[in-house]
Amino acid sequence: MRIYLDHNATAPLGLEVREAMLPFLGPPANPSSAHREGARARSALETARAEVAALVGAASAEIVFTSGATEANNLALRGTAAGLGIVTTAIEHASVLETARAVGAPLTVVPVDRVGRVDAGQVIAACDAATRLVSVGLANGEVGSLAPVAAITAGLRSNGILVHSDAAQAAGRLPLDVAALGVDLLSLSAHKLGGPAGIGALWVRRGVELAAQTTGGSQERGRRAGTENVAAIVGFGVAAARARAELAANAAAAARLVERLWTGLRTHVPGVVLNGPADGPRLPNTLNVSFPGAAGESLLVLLDLAGVAVSLGSACAAGAAEPSHVLLAMGRDRDAARSGVRFSVGPSTTAGDIDRVLELLPALVAQARGEAAA
Amino acid sequence: MSGGVDSAVAAARALAAGHDVVGISLRLAAGGGGSCCSLDDFHDARAVADRLGFPHYVFDLADDFERHVVRPFVAEYVAGRTPNPCARCNRHLKFGVLWERTRALGARWLATGHYARIGTDPTTGRSYLRTAVDAAKDQTYFLFALGPADLAHTLFPVGDLTKAEVRAEAAALGLAVADKPESMEVCFVPGGDVAEFVERHAPAEALRPGLIVDQTGRELGRHAGVHRFTVGQCRGLGLASGSGTPRYVRALDAGTATVTVSDAAGLRARGLVAREVSWTSGAAPAPDTPLAVRIRHRHPLIPARLLATDTGDTPVLFDDDGPAVTPGQAAVFYRGDAVLGGGWIAAALAEGAGP
Repeated sequence: MRIYLDHNATAPLGLEVREAMLPFLGPPANPSSAHREGARARSALETARAEVAALVGAASAEIVFTSGATEANNLALRGTAAGLGIVTTAIEHASVLETARAVGAPLTVVPVDRVGRVDAGQVIAACDAATRLVSVGLANGEVGSLAPVAAITAGLRSNGILVHSDAAQAAGRLPLDVAALGVDLLSLSAHKLGGPAGIGALWVRRGVELAAQTTGGSQERGRRAGTENVAAIVGFGVAAARARAELAANAAAAARLVERLWTGLRTHVPGVVLNGPADGPRLPNTLNVSFPGAAGESLLVLLDLAGVAVSLGSACAAGAAEPSHVLLAMGRDRDAARSGVRFSVGPSTTAGDIDRVLELLPALVAQARGEAAA
Repeated sequence: MSGGVDSAVAAARALAAGHDVVGISLRLAAGGGGSCCSLDDFHDARAVADRLGFPHYVFDLADDFERHVVRPFVAEYVAGRTPNPCARCNRHLKFGVLWERTRALGARWLATGHYARIGTDPTTGRSYLRTAVDAAKDQTYFLFALGPADLAHTLFPVGDLTKAEVRAEAAALGLAVADKPESMEVCFVPGGDVAEFVERHAPAEALRPGLIVDQTGRELGRHAGVHRFTVGQCRGLGLASGSGTPRYVRALDAGTATVTVSDAAGLRARGLVAREVSWTSGAAPAPDTPLAVRIRHRHPLIPARLLATDTGDTPVLFDDDGPAVTPGQAAVFYRGDAVLGGGWIAAALAEGAGP
């Protein structure tokens, strides 16, 4: 039986999510069609839109469905700030950082501290008259640090700067309310919270001008052309509803499991180092640690062969461990930035899973360090 | 596993022999430029592993590759030598860093898709490197730096097959890479333009223009840097073909940025001096042992003997005058199908050398 501790990469599809999607994987379902089949699809689409909106305290009409958070991030940056000043941070997801590098003029990348925390004052101070958009991710999926997005928006209020936040890793794990955050744009992903991959959303505050990046149709109020993926959107809606209903319980359970893992690691594995904030607000389901002397890659392979799926936080498309840009931004050297192993739990994770990992790890770390004969 | 057919079949044969196989691909260059190590190659390797039912991982050794292969490659060209990056990669990356990593994972053997074999000396019991059954595919020229400690945990499962047999086995196993064409150029040089690559990676002050002269020192033309030339090269010298006799690069002097050319006869060498020589069995043959030396991949063997085999520079005398000797390439010593060892060519053996 495999133990899956990589929920920040993708989470298993919820059973009732799949059940809800199945009726839309057969019959024709184009929400723009005028016939009954179209009406059925439209109805399902708008029900899902309401559920996704409710997850973040937004109005339905403000939700633009996209192919995922990566596209939502692209749409937010390219749709509001192409050729204009962008301020972002060094630990953003590549879909924000690379896009900001491509379209931000000028671009300012704000550094983070040694545990991956963003300082609101530094972000505010980095803004000037040329700044059109600030993009700061709510929760970092590699090390679990949270950014003070509400403090940033409070400091920038009424000067015409838009604030975007990538909430792909926060949704379903932290309470989200766009009004309380004060942001203008928010990116979401379905597959991190038990929905299908290939669907996400950009929340766009009413009144914010957004230039469509995919044109040629009036879908999504003209902000994202193309026939909607109704089955995936229905799945997203059900996953969002479920995540909202179970948020408090899931977050508390995740925090207990992560605490169990961290306590166990400190007790049983000499030299373990935490990457990310030890206290204060953090993503409840994420623990990133290094075992100095043990290559992250070696540990990943040893754990995988022993039946445990973890991640190196930052991997290239081939799955190799590049030095993590997040750990580099936190001041680690290249070797240390390759050594981070990320454990991310989800609603299906049990205390037994954690105990099994704690049973395996001391020997595997010793092996990866070259201390034990194979 | 490079993503090619040879390593795919090597893995399949190791599996069939009862080994518990884990596939590893190496990411050697960030950005993946060049003709191998691309995402498609990793996906090809992973598809093979998935089809045959064993796990597969990608190790990022880009930093080690940069240190052990790319930087020396650039430095050799700048110094007027013609490097052999594949032999260095085998020595330092595949049979060095990769083996250390896989051993830490509990591996007992390292199997590769190289065309080579491992023999055992019946009298001493020592392992030694042997040429592949398929002489046209033999890759021992790039493996000369392996020693007994390496061979003790190495498997070359395709070394006793021809390339055609390898492709047939892959096809029989239903592997999609069965017909995949092979890559020939230097894997980390995008587009194969070595001069451009060196110019992009070397310090600007190291690349100096200079003169092209004949053996008497007479100026024949100018050049943009010795890194653009290889000893033995004929084409692309940029000289007016006045005399009608083809001219070849005879020597490169990085210190004075001079390229010396000659006619074909002026290229011929008495022998060579090899350095950092190592022996695949761990033991040097006696001096004067008749053997054959290969001085470039796919070039014919040259009958020769070693004038000395103690450590340090090893002079090698060709039985007859041989072709151009290119410093920086490997000199690999063979006796029959045994690969005795080899080293790096430091220089051609001066006239009058030898007994």
